[in-house]
Amino acid sequence: MDTVMLSRLQFAAATFFHFLFVPLTLGLSVLLAIMETAYVRTGNEEYRRIARFWGKIFLINFAIGIVTGITLEFQFGTNWSRYSEYVGDIFGSLLAIEATVAFFLESTFVAVWALGWNRLSPKAHAVTIWLVAIASNLSAIWILIANAWMQNPVGYAIRHGRAELYSFTAVITQPFAWNMIAHTISAAYILAAFFIMGISAWHLLNKKNVSFFKNSFRIAVTFALIFSIVEIVQGDMHAAEVAKYQPAKLAAMESLWDTTKSAPEYLFAIPDPAHERNIAEIGRLPGLLSYLAYHHFDAEVKGLKAFPKADRPPVTLPYFSFRIMVGLGTFFFLAALLGFLFRNSIETRPGLLKMFLFSIPLPYVACEAGWMLAEVGRQPWVVYGIMKTSDAASPVAASQVAISLAAFVLLYAFLGLVAFYLMWDHARKGPPDETALPEPADEEVGYA
Amino acid sequence: MLETIWFALWGILWAVYFMLDGFDLGIGTLTPFLAKSEGDKRAIYNSMAPYWDGNQVWLITAGGVTFAAFPKTYAVMFSSLYSALLLILFCLIVRGVAMEYRFKFISAKWKKFWDTMLWVGTFGPALLFGVAFANLFRGIAIDKAGVSHGTLLSLLNPYGLMGGVLFTLLFTVHGALWIAVKSGEDLGRRAGKLAQSLWYGLAAAAVVFLAATYVSTHLYDNYLKYPALFVIPLAAVGALVGIIIFARQGKWLTAWYSSAVFIVTVTLFGVTGMYPNLLLSSLDPAASLSAFNSSSSTLTLEIMLGVALVFVPIVIAYQIWAYRFFGTSAGVRTPGTEGKM
Ligand code: HDD
Ligand code: HEM
Ligand code: HEM
Repeated sequence: MDTVMLSRLQFAAATFFHFLFVPLTLGLSVLLAIMETAYVRTGNEEYRRIARFWGKIFLINFAIGIVTGITLEFQFGTNWSRYSEYVGDIFGSLLAIEATVAFFLESTFVAVWALGWNRLSPKAHAVTIWLVAIASNLSAIWILIANAWMQNPVGYAIRHGRAELYSFTAVITQPFAWNMIAHTISAAYILAAFFIMGISAWHLLNKKNVSFFKNSFRIAVTFALIFSIVEIVQGDMHAAEVAKYQPAKLAAMESLWDTTKSAPEYLFAIPDPAHERNIAEIGRLPGLLSYLAYHHFDAEVKGLKAFPKADRPPVTLPYFSFRIMVGLGTFFFLAALLGFLFRNSIETRPGLLKMFLFSIPLPYVACEAGWMLAEVGRQPWVVYGIMKTSDAASPVAASQVAISLAAFVLLYAFLGLVAFYLMWDHARKGPPDETALPEPADEEVGYA
Repeated sequence: MLETIWFALWGILWAVYFMLDGFDLGIGTLTPFLAKSEGDKRAIYNSMAPYWDGNQVWLITAGGVTFAAFPKTYAVMFSSLYSALLLILFCLIVRGVAMEYRFKFISAKWKKFWDTMLWVGTFGPALLFGVAFANLFRGIAIDKAGVSHGTLLSLLNPYGLMGGVLFTLLFTVHGALWIAVKSGEDLGRRAGKLAQSLWYGLAAAAVVFLAATYVSTHLYDNYLKYPALFVIPLAAVGALVGIIIFARQGKWLTAWYSSAVFIVTVTLFGVTGMYPNLLLSSLDPAASLSAFNSSSSTLTLEIMLGVALVFVPIVIAYQIWAYRFFGTSAGVRTPGTEGKM
């Protein structure tokens, strides 16, 4: 394999792994803030215990989120130096701003929050978790603006042999970015809510700490319902943006080969890229694709064949990623709706509880599928229409990248096992007994 | 002008990063030699736990600013230091995880494993940052196309290794003083003593490094051209002497501040000597990347300056607040009052 391919694999491994932890941080920080606010408002000790219990899992997850973020920050230089040189004028500043406005805030106050339970008044303590929640969501906003710029570059001019910033306002206000932000952040909230619901369901099935987990469940299910509705409505708008700015990606995610007026949507198809056709097409819904893409049943949708072969993205991966994501999105809405309707008697419904328990991994799958679609569908461009991925890599030896890739995979596999084991172990044990003695003085260290 | 301002900010960011995370890296490196009991280990981990991530963000920002203000330097520097940089990053990953997870494991074997990881994860970066910076002072083998002709091994030349030793000593003295500040007990006393012994090594390494710098690099050229700049190395010498004077009097916090000033001035000494170059080429002076031939557009530099002027003071304010919140005296937590979940 050449340097470009190895760098792509390494980048994909590093970002996918990072994004296993990111959404839980984004969503749980907000949920924790809501829980602590409920405690401050009502004075009900149970909310405080709830926040502490989920807070612990939050911190275990957070630690891996942070350490895997640093490699990403430097990989643009190590592995994509041609890219960095060409677009750094715009892209680099977004990353630097993210660190300055978000990472400092997040990292400083997460420690204050974690170690400050007994040193701060309940109100001040609640403020610190709000700061953490705001900071982590701000960081998501800036990095997504950066990513959206790669998907749909705006506000630049090609000067001095590189892309130079022309309008900062255009970069940070472009609709593609804000669609992406709304979509990704809602996805994170869904993930965090299903995480809490699933673990609560497990404890409710075992009839342990019923009131504690029922309250946790109720906070989470409301959240899940709201954001699964947002996600579907917003996802539809997002797809329309893709149709507008990246028609080749749209064709790939729908596996549409020929340019078609009043294009139908198929419930299921199997792409056959070698012969530029689909093997099977099942469940024809006339005109629906045209409607989804352009909000007009007669609109013409460009097929893949309209693009030179060298400019076409892979088809199979985006196509199935999109189906998986949308299918799961629909499921999340229905599940959240059921959970919400039965939220007051949820402990008496083992069937539903089991469903929630087994749903824990699904939002993770949906998130990773979404990125697969967004990033693979953007190929062969690294910056859409401006720079090809094949021109972006560093002039480093393939053997170097091969070694670092192997190191990444080994290290991350180990870290993933440890982190998920610790989270599972903590989640399984449930909250500490209320009647237990106060925590021993010589306590464990680290804020996690 | 803007380029020069950003060059200065670039140097300051690295200096602040070394000043802050330096004590974490030093403490981790010293742990096997300082910790006699599980209680010592607890106190040692405690002395870093609330700070390490906030400190590390200065590194992320230094990297981000290199990218934003000098994209070409970012690209060429990080790709030519590929293996060294990834090694540092892997170490930092391991360090962070050890810090957070070590006390979650009950089995002695696992604890030992994480202790080893903490050592690897802190000693590695301390040494490698020194090696990397010494090589930046000396120049690395890049050609006009920004392609590196060196390897990890070519970084390990004598001057590079001297830089590694210097940084390791800088950080260990800094870290030992931090423990002396944090712990009044036996551990703190031993750390204070260790800092004083290490100081002699540090002073010797600093002298040797300065002499070698004269031989191996052109860093002094700027100083000879503008002798006023000699205040930086002079301040460094003052700070170095200050460390031992205050340490002997048991004024640990003041000694630590001296050490902080020393780290900052040593870094700035090198960076000032490099000006206007960010990345010297040892193959061809024309291939060197400077603040002027590798910078971003004026618009980007202006916007970034605005962001820095607004947010960096805010960051400094709340980080100082957080350091005071966690207390500078006698242990990070008072038994029984500390909230842990
Ligand atoms: C949509 C959200 C999102 C996405 C797409 C990314 N990140 Fe991330 N990142 C976060 C959201 C986030 C976060 C929620 O803010 C994290 C995760 C866990 C955490 O502690 O903060 C974080 C942590 C984090 C850190 C550590 C900060 C610290 O030490 O406190 C760095 C350096 C990065 N990220 C950098 C990146 C880069 C360069 C990315 C792109 C390739 C990237 N992240 C993708
Ligand atoms: C965290 C979620 C993300 C995931 C899961 C993800 C996934 C991927 C994948 C799979 C690739 C390889 C695509 C291919 O080569 O076929 C890729 C490439 C890339 N992505 Fe992302 N990505 C994420 C976020 C981002 C962000 C936020 C940025 C920038 C701000 C970014 C920048 C890049 C770059 C520079 C490449 C390399 C060039 C390329 O292969 O296209 N990614 N990403
Ligand atoms: C239910 C209907 C949904 C629709 C119509 C939809 C639509 C889309 C589209 C068109 C993209 C590609 C954007 C691009 O290429 O730039 C995308 C990306 C993505 N989706 Fe979805 N999505 C849905 C549900 C979900 C769900 C439920 C999740 C996760 C819980 C999710 C997570 C993501 C993520 C993380 C991305 C990548 C980031 C981005 O491009 O915004 N999506 N989605």
